Amino acid sequence: MTDALQFVIDRYNYWIVIVLMMLGLYIVISRGNLVKKIVGLNIFQTSVFILYISMGKIAGGTAPIILGGHGDEGHGAEQAGHAAETAQAAQASALHADPSAMPDAPAANDLAAAAASSEPSTAGEAAGALHAAPSANDALAAAPQAHGFDIADPAAGSAPHAADVVHQAAEIIYSNPLPHVLILTAIVVGVATTAVGLALAVRIREAYGTIEEDELEAADDIAEFGHDFSAEPQAGAGA
Amino acid sequence: MISPGLAIPLSLAVPLAGFIAVWLLDKAPNLREAATLITGAVLLALTVMVFMAVGEGERPGYVLFNVIGDLPIAFSAEPLGAMFAVIASGLWLVNSIYSIGYMRGHHEKHQTRFYMCFAIAIASAMGVAYAANLFTLFVFYEVLTLSTFPLVTHKGDDAARAGGRVYLGVLMGTSIGLFLPAIVWIYAIAGGADFTPGGLLRTHVEDAGPVAWILLGLFAFGVGKAALMPAHPWLPNAMVAPTPVSAFLHAVAVVKAGVFSILKIVVYIFGIDFLKETGAATPYMWIAAVSILLASAIAMHKDNLKARLAYSTVSQLAYVTLGAMLATQMGVMGGAMQIAAHALGKMTLFMCAGAIMVGAHKTLVSELRGLGRTMPVTFGAFFLGAMSIVGLPPLAGSWPKFFLMIGAADAHELAIIGVLIISSILNVVYLLSIPIQAFYMAPETNERGRAAGLNEGDEKRSGVDWGHLHEAPLLCVLPPVITAVGALLLFFFADPLYQYLSPLMEAR
Amino acid sequence: MNALMSQLPVLPIVMPFIAGALTLLLPKGRPAWAWATFFSWLTFAACATLLATVAASGSISYHMGDWAPPIGIEYRIDLANALVLALVSGVAATVFPFAFESVKSEVDERQTPFFYAMMLICLTGMLGVTITGDAFNVFVFLEISSLSTYALVAMGARADRRALTAAFNYLVMGTLGATFFVIGLGLLYQATGTLNMADMHMKLVGHDNRVVEAGFAFILVGMGLKLAMFPMHVWMPGAYGYAPSAVSAFIAATATKVAVYVLIRFFYSIFGADFGFMQDAFHYVLMPLGIIGMFAASLVAVFQSDVKRMLAYSSVGQIGYMLLGISFGTKAGLTASIVHLVNHGLMKGALFMAVACVVLRFGDHHCSTFTGLARRMPFTAAAFLISGLSLIGVPVTIGFVSKWYLLQASFDAGFPWAAFLIVLSSLIALLYIGRVIELMFREPPKDAAAVKEAPLSMLIPMWILVAANVYFGVRTELTAGLAERAADALMSAAGAR
Repeated sequence: MTDALQFVIDRYNYWIVIVLMMLGLYIVISRGNLVKKIVGLNIFQTSVFILYISMGKIAGGTAPIILGGHGDEGHGAEQAGHAAETAQAAQASALHADPSAMPDAPAANDLAAAAASSEPSTAGEAAGALHAAPSANDALAAAPQAHGFDIADPAAGSAPHAADVVHQAAEIIYSNPLPHVLILTAIVVGVATTAVGLALAVRIREAYGTIEEDELEAADDIAEFGHDFSAEPQAGAGA
Repeated sequence: MISPGLAIPLSLAVPLAGFIAVWLLDKAPNLREAATLITGAVLLALTVMVFMAVGEGERPGYVLFNVIGDLPIAFSAEPLGAMFAVIASGLWLVNSIYSIGYMRGHHEKHQTRFYMCFAIAIASAMGVAYAANLFTLFVFYEVLTLSTFPLVTHKGDDAARAGGRVYLGVLMGTSIGLFLPAIVWIYAIAGGADFTPGGLLRTHVEDAGPVAWILLGLFAFGVGKAALMPAHPWLPNAMVAPTPVSAFLHAVAVVKAGVFSILKIVVYIFGIDFLKETGAATPYMWIAAVSILLASAIAMHKDNLKARLAYSTVSQLAYVTLGAMLATQMGVMGGAMQIAAHALGKMTLFMCAGAIMVGAHKTLVSELRGLGRTMPVTFGAFFLGAMSIVGLPPLAGSWPKFFLMIGAADAHELAIIGVLIISSILNVVYLLSIPIQAFYMAPETNERGRAAGLNEGDEKRSGVDWGHLHEAPLLCVLPPVITAVGALLLFFFADPLYQYLSPLMEAR
Repeated sequence: MNALMSQLPVLPIVMPFIAGALTLLLPKGRPAWAWATFFSWLTFAACATLLATVAASGSISYHMGDWAPPIGIEYRIDLANALVLALVSGVAATVFPFAFESVKSEVDERQTPFFYAMMLICLTGMLGVTITGDAFNVFVFLEISSLSTYALVAMGARADRRALTAAFNYLVMGTLGATFFVIGLGLLYQATGTLNMADMHMKLVGHDNRVVEAGFAFILVGMGLKLAMFPMHVWMPGAYGYAPSAVSAFIAATATKVAVYVLIRFFYSIFGADFGFMQDAFHYVLMPLGIIGMFAASLVAVFQSDVKRMLAYSSVGQIGYMLLGISFGTKAGLTASIVHLVNHGLMKGALFMAVACVVLRFGDHHCSTFTGLARRMPFTAAAFLISGLSLIGVPVTIGFVSKWYLLQASFDAGFPWAAFLIVLSSLIALLYIGRVIELMFREPPKDAAAVKEAPLSMLIPMWILVAANVYFGVRTELTAGLAERAADALMSAAGAR
């Protein structure tokens, strides 16, 4: 019992996401008011934002800003620094690393692979599967500390300075910034959608004088057939 | 001199050139008709050239280009196709002469459109005749359907529209719904769709054997133009068309393209031996037999002359299907000869029906009593045509019946011989009765006679008074006479035709 | 020139995007139109060059800003998307010149710069979705094209205010679809830690777990909404029916095709055939929904009294064919799907253009408007006839080629009964198209009012598409030949049999 409770509590972020998602979807479907539909749509999208954000967050991790050592001038260092800046976190570069490019560091990759596949196989814990990936993140967050040197860019071998930089960077736990960046884009898209939706609602209000869906349908029916089909079905049955 | 290989694509190109010529000469009817006739003559010459070459054992072919994957639009002449091409182009020429008389005599509208569609129809009939694979056959089969649709609905009234709907609905429905899947299925099984002497499926017996009866059924009903019951309703409905259309398309081009396709598919795709071994054809043989009798029975009830002829056609077409489904050498020969003989005979009958309509404005069989005295030439031709359809010597129609009976005996289906005999008797009743009534019974002496343009004096005179004959225009009367004589001649030249078609029976 | 060639893959995105933004600065009316048309042609030229290059020398990989792929964004062009690129830009290159007269009569003149800007941005979005090799990029471009489409549909409000509600419904459904898609992407990212499609495929091999499965399901539903998979099609008749005619012609020929392409790309380039749930999705989701769509939507189309709505329902049915083709899970099925994707784009484009010509002259797209059209606008009527026959699948048209490949695929995959369902449903197309054709050719016009044929600026682009309908019906190397190679590449990359 406590295990089950623990299981639920551990994944509280997902519950929030699911509740928000269903709430939003329900509002979109059930509300007839166009503005309320847009509100529902926003709640629905927000749940996805939270999904992405919580997925990149690592407990105890900090913002992905490289601390120290950025003054190195060596060519190899530049390369390594380049990689570090791009991925902006050692663990992200582990995720992106090309296996063939790091012959001497298979461990981190295998770890990622193992974590992704290490889902509980029993049906009872099926929900845990959803959590398998985050645990992969956790494992990878730990990885830099264990194999800090291994996961450095291949350039590290030829440029010890660069290796130092990455090594220093690797000792700090960073959150994965990529989902956050992605969701920034999604937020922009969401804002644009909301704007277009609201603009349409305004235009509909101008054209029809209402933004209630059933009234809109009735207006269209009257315009096309000269009769409102949705109104007073009893009267229609009686006649 | 043009080589036979080149003559094949030319026989498609020439009608298309005629199509353009007719279009350009819209404003000059005489030149327009001349263009049609010249096209017809050139086309006939080309097909005869191919016919001769095939008779000498050549198999001229022409590959246009690959369309889908390795499936080309390709042509290849073999005896059956060459014969069909000659019949179609020859009768088209005759029919063009007749159309000119009929369309002018009847003051039809949109004559240019009429001749244009005719040109496309004959071009696609040539495509069907020379098709070297199922794919090419199907392409031209569909073009034929579409190009004849404006002809069927030529009158543009409600009846024409309703008839046209049934026409297009049944033909497109069966061809897209059954014929096309069958072709693709064959392609999937055999990896090709070429017509192969001895049968394409012969080398794929283990794949095709279990589904052979389904495939054959898809073809038998999918080729809706063969009008095997119950896929026949388009044919009577197409009779709303002007008579030259009925005569040519529904005695020659369209229906013959249908039964020709069936015969060609049975011989070159399935192969006679394959069908004999699997016995897949037996159910369809019985359906064809039922179709023969049922259509004859319906024809007896029809008072409208064209409707009666239409049902007679349904019945006669089933002879060809029957011949194919007997799966014997003689059956196939009978079917092939039936294509030629029936084309001549039925063409004659339809053109006579048109001549009667133009000359006497009569469409019902019951109105024709005694009309033979004023239109002896027309009814003489009608008589010969009817005799040929019934299968009486000395007319061409007797040979196919003969070979079909031999084929049925070979297949040990004695009941089929009975069916053929009963059918001939029915034919006598509903076809031969028409000219006999027209010649031997007294004409009706009521308003109907006057409506036909005869005055009281005419009716009292005997039929030998040539001065008071009331025939249709010469251009309407001459063509049926030509075809009737053709049917007569074919009786005596059946052996060359038999020899010509004999490669069909070789199972290589 | 060499420098230009090396940047070629990015040109189809950059050119219309920048041109679209600049359109807003142009004076209304003709200048905006001429500018947009010019760039649509340039874009088509770029896409055609890409297709030729890819067909000749294999796929191209372009690295955005020179960042190496798994980290940077990659544009990856192989035959499959080069074909779709050529289709989308080709349709655009014919619709843009076509649009001028149509837009003049249907859209407020002050709005024309916005209209053409939206069209270019919409084109950018669709090309971007197609060209990119980055999964998240697909979402971004998808929303770029969708947002501009919502606005374009709403511009039909001048003729019919129902365009507004149609656009709103489209917006709600489209956003739901896109969001579902993003959820699916998020789950896939959690499982793999990468967004590059090729990289994702490598990392997914052998990882058949619930996260991946859920991601797959979300993506399937999301794209299903975007491509109007049968029960999720309700936005489509409204959006196509009330949009300005030129917009209908453009999006009907391209938008859903791009979504189908994305589905194919995700199925084969990201998941691959060794996932058990793919087969389940094929046989228990795509195949039944495809078949039901083929019949239900086509039957609904028969009873529509509005030609544009009829064509929209017909599109839902035609998408059923594509889904059915995919659902066979074989190379032949995939080929058939891609062939039909391209062909259907061409025929629907031509059909909607013919309707646009009618709307220009009569201001209406009700069935009865088409009565006796053959005598008044013979070229428009003939265009409708030929592309309608193509939709039915008559030989010598591209519709026949599609049917042939679909039938072949269904026999090949061991579903002979599916072949009969395909031909049966195309007979329903005979009903609804035949009805309009009969009205056009077999009925006299309702009134004696003199009506001019559509202007040449509309007839020429329309007839180019109609000619394509016939040309690709007899010469199929460019469509089916390339589609076959594309399917081959997709299947072998997916590690299928």
